[in-house]
Amino acid sequence: MQITVKLQGRTAMAALAGEFDLTAAASVRQELDGLIDGGHRRLVVDLKKVPFIDSSGLGVLLGRYRRLSELGGEMFIVGARPTVRTVLEMSGVPQVVRVLRSESEVPR
Amino acid sequence: MANHFELHCPSRAENVGLCRVSAATFAANAGFTVAEIEEIKVAVSEAVSNVVVHAYPNAEGAMVLRCEEMEDGIQISVSDQGVGIEDIAQARQASFSTDPERMGLGFVFMESFSDEFAVESTPGRGTRVEMRKRREAPAEAS
Repeated sequence: MQITVKLQGRTAMAALAGEFDLTAAASVRQELDGLIDGGHRRLVVDLKKVPFIDSSGLGVLLGRYRRLSELGGEMFIVGARPTVRTVLEMSGVPQVVRVLRSESEVPR
Repeated sequence: MANHFELHCPSRAENVGLCRVSAATFAANAGFTVAEIEEIKVAVSEAVSNVVVHAYPNAEGAMVLRCEEMEDGIQISVSDQGVGIEDIAQARQASFSTDPERMGLGFVFMESFSDEFAVESTPGRGTRVEMRKRREAPAEAS
């Protein structure tokens, strides 16, 4: 899994590229936790280049959402492909995390 | 003889992708649609991840993925010889997980993405998950 991070004030944009499963979970968790620990309270996770996700990946996203919520922060998931979006919807993620079509829809 | 394969490998995270891709390739050869193959990939990924995470606590053990073509689809099984599941009914509930970072959705996805689903487990002896997926019936010629 490749992770590209862009920082802008308290907002961190993490673009993931690769299959988001158990193999990728630990490194993504560590990277996103590092951003939160570094004081970023708005996290935008771009899944445009993620062709596959399962509950291991979803667990990492939900875990980061919970951490941010406890810290008064917010999280957005953007760019999910239809196959990934199906898995997100089946798990109920869009009911708690804002899932948007693209980065441009993230409120400024 | 129906087409089939068995993949024997250690319960390592890196083998989750190997099992997923192997099952997806088999399903593609068996005539499943792209959408059906995506569902099979999620189901297999969940079954194999469960073995890696839960079957052999703090250790590595054997796991076997078996795919077999049936007349109307495929049968996929994932088995291990690990600690087994004490309470299968509880494990199959959404949001039940012994690991706070996991969502407890593994069995939910396996069940949702297959047409028939069964899990057999004996504590101390291991677990076997079996999923059957039927091919979408081809549209009738008009």
